[in-house]
Amino acid sequence: MARRLLSGNEALAYGAWAAGLKVAAAYPGTPSTEVLETLARFPEVRAEWSTNEKVAYEVAYGAALGGVRSLVAMKHVGLNVAADPFFSSAYAGVNAGFVVIVADDPGMHSSQNEQDSRRHAKAARVPVLEPSDPAEAYLFVQRAFEISERFDLPVMVRMTTRVSHGKGVVEPGKRREVPPREYRKDMQKYVMVPANARVRHRILEEEKLPALRRFSDTLDLHRLEPGDPEKLAFVTSGVAYHYVREVFPDHAVLKLGLSWPLPERLLEEFFGTYPRVMVVEEGDPVIEEELKALGYSVEGKNRLPRYGELDPSVLRARILGSELPHPEPRKAVSRPPALCPGCPYTGVFWSLSLLKKPVMGDIGCYTLGALPPFQAMDTTIDMGASIPMAFGMEKAGRQAVAVIGDSTFFHSGVAGLIDLVYNGGHSTVIILENDTTGMTGHQGHPGTGKTLQNGGRRVDIEQLVRAIGVEHVQVVDPHDLKATKRAISEAIRHEGPSVVIARRPCVLIPEGRELYQEEPVRWIDPEACVGARCHSCLRVGCPAISVDKETGKPYIVDFLCVGCGVCEQTCPYDAIHPVD
Amino acid sequence: MMPSIPLTNVIVAGVGGQGILTAAEVLARVALEAGLEVKKSEVKGLSQRGGSVVSFVRFGPRVYSPVIEKGTAQLLVAFERAEALRWVHFLKPEDNAVVLNDLTVVPLPATLGLDTYPQDVEETLRQVAGRLLVVNAPAVANRLGNPLVANTVVLGAASTLLPFPEDLWQRVLTDLFRRKYLEVNLQAFAEGRRLAHTSS
Repeated sequence: MARRLLSGNEALAYGAWAAGLKVAAAYPGTPSTEVLETLARFPEVRAEWSTNEKVAYEVAYGAALGGVRSLVAMKHVGLNVAADPFFSSAYAGVNAGFVVIVADDPGMHSSQNEQDSRRHAKAARVPVLEPSDPAEAYLFVQRAFEISERFDLPVMVRMTTRVSHGKGVVEPGKRREVPPREYRKDMQKYVMVPANARVRHRILEEEKLPALRRFSDTLDLHRLEPGDPEKLAFVTSGVAYHYVREVFPDHAVLKLGLSWPLPERLLEEFFGTYPRVMVVEEGDPVIEEELKALGYSVEGKNRLPRYGELDPSVLRARILGSELPHPEPRKAVSRPPALCPGCPYTGVFWSLSLLKKPVMGDIGCYTLGALPPFQAMDTTIDMGASIPMAFGMEKAGRQAVAVIGDSTFFHSGVAGLIDLVYNGGHSTVIILENDTTGMTGHQGHPGTGKTLQNGGRRVDIEQLVRAIGVEHVQVVDPHDLKATKRAISEAIRHEGPSVVIARRPCVLIPEGRELYQEEPVRWIDPEACVGARCHSCLRVGCPAISVDKETGKPYIVDFLCVGCGVCEQTCPYDAIHPVD
Repeated sequence: MMPSIPLTNVIVAGVGGQGILTAAEVLARVALEAGLEVKKSEVKGLSQRGGSVVSFVRFGPRVYSPVIEKGTAQLLVAFERAEALRWVHFLKPEDNAVVLNDLTVVPLPATLGLDTYPQDVEETLRQVAGRLLVVNAPAVANRLGNPLVANTVVLGAASTLLPFPEDLWQRVLTDLFRRKYLEVNLQAFAEGRRLAHTSS
């Protein structure tokens, strides 16, 4: 087979496909998105972007009960959304193999928290496999389907950012077709009314898990690499294994492939040979706590950080108290991500920064509206939180505005808006309709009608909002600054629930790029510009505008400017013009 | 198979949108085609939107960590001045090289007066780098009629410091780029190599 350079997420897709996967579903979320994007290319797989992770879970789980191998993929916080079916499906079990891929984001490169999904898995009694690199991701996901079918359980494959997005050498093989399993109606197994659920829970605890524990001991995905018994030995999993190997090449290592439930006999053997053991794991002390519960004395998070990402430097510093010689670090410059030049949202945040109401924010590129110069976002907690939290603020006697993206609105904003209308709220909701799921790399959502594989149907946000019962609905072009500010002000003054739909395509998708194809870039006439005593154009937060250090006058960096013309509208001195 | 190539750590750094991930991908594929073990690690998602972007590429007979440790990078390829500075402490103290694209992109916090853009970046790099190669890639790319191939110019210059033959690079570029953009990228790559050779 040919050697290929694949990311962990791509390797999962190839592995699942090779294992005869037929159905896959996900809501995009960094660092998990590429699993489904890769699967969508295989004609044997029916892959979809679902409206949210709970829906994705249920679609894939339904397919597994229907008799075909299926998987669902999500980021760690997505598992919170899907937690309801996750827990109960462990009682009911599966029919054909069902794999739950969850990508954690230690270090929070692109997330709002760094929760450890293995905690969820342990709580739900779902076994967890932890690949350490793309080659293992390819192998482990295939084994996950076998384990799922053997024990009639969902199986989690826990990824972390470095495993998901890191690339490595994989030799993908051929697909093995797995004949569909028969579906049999079985109410005792699948109808989780209390009488049935009690039985299923007992079977899970008393039959499946003990069998799974014995199986863990025989599993060839664990690896014991011997070393000097006088030296500190390591129990590790996932990418942390590679960091251990990097810094401690000749120490003994027990690398756990299945990190819950633990292989108890193998551990006995390991601890019998190596008396001094440290656990190195990315995230929470999940393995460490299990080992302590089994009565072993180990080191771990007493030495290693409980937050952030591990890497070889961290291990070297925390365990050896040393670092490799290196040049002295220099101060660069803070370069946070920013809304793109031509981003449709600049007009909304420009308006909000002037209106000075509390803004309940949400999850997406537009969370960047919280950064200077706008600082037009007071909260960002979780997907869909903006609308209910604005309603809560209203109940506390403060008028707030909710800001939510179109994809997020479909994900979990709709229920909040229905709640607002139903309970007689008056809050204002701004829905940013840019026709894509921007931050995760431009996936479709119901408002676009573009599905992951074949065409679907479009769900119209404006019609939906009106059907929910919002009477004050305005649609504005957010690049028209005056109109946007006026529409938001009107909506705030309106008695009763109000929605402003800020509609303009993302500048990074073809529909958005087309808008500016013929547009000349802008320039600032230094004769007309008054410089530092104005700086109005800087308030649109465009990365294409820079300031001359000598004169204090802004200028436009031509290779960054897309020609959207938003800055032009802010200039009181008429100094900004299209380049001829 | 190439003659034995020791474990090599390369950092490719710049600003989101500059084609850093593509350049790193080409390098990693070249190492793969040379029969080596390769690991590559980068962070996507929120960091793309004009923020700092970095990709670690490691290749050799055996590679464990996908992340490069401070003090171990033999080569730093920086697509922007301040981004070069951000990673200098990852360089090996000796036997290292830096390729710097002759470009300054001032980020929003500096524009708004909340932070300052570093001065004398080349001077600092000269003190740290065993070898410093400054490449005016934007000018070359503009001359070739496509500003987007600046990353390939930088890559071409960097390729002269790596242990792979030119035809292997060309083969990977040919595999990776769509026909429409292939010719200009091959030209950009050749120009980058030429610049490196003439400046040394």
